[in-house]
This record gives sequence, C-alpha cells and structure tokens, in this order.
Amino acid sequence: MNPLSELHEGLGISVDAVRANKLRSTLATLGIVIGIVTVTLMGSAIHGLNQAFIKSVSSLGADVFYVQRNSWFQNYDGWMNTRKRRPIRLKEAEAMAQKLKLASAVAPAIWDDETVRYKTRSASLVDIVGTTEGFLETSGVGIAEGRFLTAADGEGSQPVCVIGNDVVTNLFRGDPPLGARIKVADQSFEVVGVLEKQGSMLGWNLDNRVIIPIRELVADIWHRPNIDEIDVKAADASQVDEAKEELRQTLRNIRHLRPNEPDDFAINQQDLILTLFHETTRTIAIIGLFITSLALFVGGIGIMNIMFVSVAERTREIGVRKALGAKNRSIMLQFLVEAACICLMGGMIGLAIAWVATLAVSKWAFPTSMSGPIVGMALLVSAMTGVVAGFVPAWRAARMDPVEALRNET
Amino acid sequence: MSLIRLQNISRRYQMGAETVHALRGVSLEIARGEYVAIMGPSGSGKSTLMNLLGCLDTPTEGSYELNGAYVSEMDDNELAEIRNREIGFVFQTFNLLPRATALRNVELPLIYAGVPSDERKKTALGALTQVGLADRVHHKPNELSGGQRQRVAIARALVNNPAILLADEPTGNLDSKTGDEIMRLFEDLSRKGNTIIVVTHEEDIAMRSRRIIRLRDGLIASDQATRNGADSINPSIHQSNI
Repeated sequence: MNPLSELHEGLGISVDAVRANKLRSTLATLGIVIGIVTVTLMGSAIHGLNQAFIKSVSSLGADVFYVQRNSWFQNYDGWMNTRKRRPIRLKEAEAMAQKLKLASAVAPAIWDDETVRYKTRSASLVDIVGTTEGFLETSGVGIAEGRFLTAADGEGSQPVCVIGNDVVTNLFRGDPPLGARIKVADQSFEVVGVLEKQGSMLGWNLDNRVIIPIRELVADIWHRPNIDEIDVKAADASQVDEAKEELRQTLRNIRHLRPNEPDDFAINQQDLILTLFHETTRTIAIIGLFITSLALFVGGIGIMNIMFVSVAERTREIGVRKALGAKNRSIMLQFLVEAACICLMGGMIGLAIAWVATLAVSKWAFPTSMSGPIVGMALLVSAMTGVVAGFVPAWRAARMDPVEALRNET
Repeated sequence: MSLIRLQNISRRYQMGAETVHALRGVSLEIARGEYVAIMGPSGSGKSTLMNLLGCLDTPTEGSYELNGAYVSEMDDNELAEIRNREIGFVFQTFNLLPRATALRNVELPLIYAGVPSDERKKTALGALTQVGLADRVHHKPNELSGGQRQRVAIARALVNNPAILLADEPTGNLDSKTGDEIMRLFEDLSRKGNTIIVVTHEEDIAMRSRRIIRLRDGLIASDQATRNGADSINPSIHQSNI
C-alpha cells in the first residue's frame, strides 16, 4: 500500500470520525484553540510592534551612528586610555561612503562656534556645522525655505550656507534670508536655505546654527584635517545591528587594524530606545511562549484523552481493518492523522479568534498584523501537537491483537 | 498439494495464573476447492482454530503452511499481508464499517492492497454484483437488511480473490430464510471453485458443506465427508490422534 493512498484513507477516516463526533471533537480542541490564539496574538503583537518600532526608530534617530574618537559613556580611565587614538579624518568618511552597503547616508561633521555677521548685525557663539549633503538625512533636519547643501557645494566655487531658524530671527529681522550673504569668521557665505524650526534638545538650542560645506570649514576656518565625527544612517531600520557591524568592520579595514587590535574609534548610538524595545518584545515573547506551551500541553493531554476514547470505541473497527489486511503502521497512521486533524481544526478555530482579536487590538490599542508565516507556524504547531499527543493512543491501536479487538463488544 | 497444512498445532493462552490449552496438537490438511465445516461445542477450540487458519493468530507450537507460505513463522506485517491476500473473512456480526457505503466497505481490502482508486471501484462493484447487490452500492449498512449486510460482507471477503473464504457463524444473526439464502450463496461460490471454511455450531448449516471437522477439548474428534462430499471429491481425511 503506497503512503499517499494510505494518507488519503487516513484523512477520509478521520474526517468521518470528527464529523460523527462534532461536539466532542470541538470541546477536545479547546486547549489547542487557546494555545493557538496566544501564539498567534503574541506573534502578531511582536510583528506589529516591530513595524511601529521601525517607523519610530528613524524619527528618533536610533538608526544613526556617530563615529567618534571616544565613546559617549566612558569614565576618566577610559578617556585616558583612548586619548591617544587617531583623530577622525575627512578622507575616512569619503572612503566609508563608497564602501558601506547597509548605510543610506554618510556625513562627516565638524562642530565649531563662531561669530556670524549680517550687514551690521552680529551674533556670537553660533554653532557652525561643517558637513556634506548627507547631513540632511543623518540629522533628520527639514528645510523650511530654499535648499540644503548639495554635492556640488562641497567642491565649492561659491561658498554657501544653510541657516537655522534662530539665526534668521536674530540677524535678518524681516529681511529675506535667501540669496543674502553672511560672514562666518570673516568668510563670506551665500544663504541658500533655511532649516525648519527644531526647538532644543537637553537644553541645547538646535536652531542657532549655520551649516556650511565641510571643505570650506576645514580649509578656511578650521585649518586642520581632523574632524569631529562621521554620522552614518542605517538604510533599513530593521537592520540596525547589521549596519553597525558593517560600519565597524569597514572602518577597521580603512584603518588597517589587525584582527587582534582593539577598535581605535567609538561608534556611538542613541540605543536606549533599542534596548527598551528589545526588552519589551522579549517580555511579550516569554510570557506568550509560556502561556502557549502551557495551553498546548493541556490541550495535548485533552487530545490524547479523546484519542484514547476514540481508539477504545473503535476497537472492533481496528480488528476488522486488521483482519482485512491493515498493517500496524496503517492503523497508527489513521489515528495520528485523526489526532492531527482534530488539532488542525482547533488551530483554525484559534486562528479565526486570533484574527478577530488582532483587528480589535489594532483598532484600539497598538498596531498588530497577522502575517503568512505566523498563520503557517500556528497550523504547523497545532498539527505537531496532534501528532505528539496522538502518538501513544495510535501506538496502542496499532499494537492491538486482532483476535482480541474483534472479540470486543462495544 | 494441499492449500492448508497444519502439523501438530498447539495454542496455549495465559489466563492469569492458569494456562488454557485451546488446541493440543491438531494436524489437518485442506485442499483447494474444498467446502469444510468446523464444528464443536464452546471451549472446544474452534474459535482458536479459526483465528489460526485466518492468520489472525500464530500457534504456540506446530507449523501452518498456507498456499506454500509458512504462516507460523511470520511477523505482524507479513500476517497482515497474507490476510489481505489469502483470506476473506465473513463474520457473524458482519463487521461492516457503519459510516461507509457498501462500495466503500468492499473497497477496504483493496485499499490495504494498494490498488489504485479506479480499479478498486470497478473490482468492488464486480464483487457486489456477484452477490446480487449491484443496486445497493451506495447504501450504508443501516440502510440494508441483515441478509444484504452479510452479502456486502461476503463481497468484501471475495474482492481480493482470496485463497480461502473463512466464515464464522455466518448465519448466526440471520433468520432461517435469510440464512438459507446466504448458505445457497456459499454453495454457489463453492461450485465456482472457492475454498470455503465455515465455523458453526448448527448441524444443518454444517451438513450443507462437504466435509465436517469436529473438535473436542482442543483436538480433532472426527473428520468426515458429508453426503454432499462423498459423491463429489474425496478430501484427504486426517483422523485425530486421540
């Protein structure tokens, strides 16, 4: 007897059996239903949180790395150990921009403060940011008027700048800023764009700044090849960790570090939110997994019980089938398929409930979504539970003595 | 050559602390085409003998050769195969699957033989036609009379062209008129060359066969041709070793 027709026969029998005992089979699946509802809801919640998280990661800047000499979090000893590190160079940023595949933008940056003059007015201690066009993306700033720096500005025949909202308020006092010329450390720059108002962060005014091409700053004001940092934005918010590792390896390559040498740079990241997110999803996963396995365990016992009943009820049938030439494994398969079918039915009921619950949760709580893999996994888990729970009863059925089975009076 | 050859078969059961000697050394040969009745009071070992002949059970001692194969040395799987191929069972209580149609019931041995679906349906239909139930193929057992149910069971027993048709009290659950019809069907099948073994405790049922083997206390008490048997073929008769 070939396995396929054996399976087909088993399927036919179990559908008959389930149909004949609708209520009993449905009740027996209760544990499986609960288990599948939990596993599906958990999966959907994590999936939904992931989606929401990926969106918020970019807006909060958690997907931007700041390559600097020192880590943001280090004590005095750490600083002593790292102060002999090489400075970050502009050409390293250029090399990185070419090599990184998981990054969407690379922007070298220098932070300085200078006095800025417009006509007769001046403002001191304005943040001067020397950077490139990539900064628009890595810093997440928006343009209110005009344009941001372009790659061509970097080559710099005509020095240009983009200014923050407070600079406009303080220096221009109603004059149109676009096309005007301001002086930064006695160098003249044409205003080509105005940034959107950003407010302040941790007491630092983000609007009192002038952004100029980094080459101008290095050549005319800074007079040194060292830069403060290289900002790198990950292309895909779901691959932040991969992008970080790529960045690390690339810079090690550029700096020709040997495998046993430690990094002589730091990659800083606003990773508090990442940590928080991972903790949240891990908690959901652990709780969900616990409830799921508990429910599936109880459900599995229910299925085992109902299968023992089914086998006992059909002892005579087993005897007849054996008399007609059914081998032990055919009987075994028949009952395994039956257990799997009952559990699959439970799985589908569970999926239906979970689907409704998912819709409700995404409407009133947080975004969730049921994906194909989750559905597939739920069905697989329920079928597997059936096979595991049905094994002992099926084994007992398969090993039955045909003479005894035929003598059975039920 | 004999179709069935039992040599010094014993079968013991352990019932708690007690050992039951169901068969105590039975030797027996049955040729192809014979129509044999096995008789005996309850406890005589006739059920045990039938189970052994039907390859549902194996002997504690002795050898059983069926159609050239040594059944006494087979494992579960080989026994299942030989039951499927060589034995057609007819039970007192019919033992049809209640939720399956007549056709489906008759198809069952073919399913376990691995016959493809189309051929299976054709063969099963043929077997049902042979027992006169061509118009009842899609009925379920509870929609059929007792006699019709037993006919379905006989069709199921015949569908694999088995070497022997093994019937256990085939008329036990039928009224005498229907029982008579079933016995005529057996006679008909016997004339067509089927080997038939009927286990019964009813004298008049046994008398319709051609040879009666009587068991008592696990041994063959007598083995005689009936009037039907005496004027047809002459079966090899083995006296018991009392």
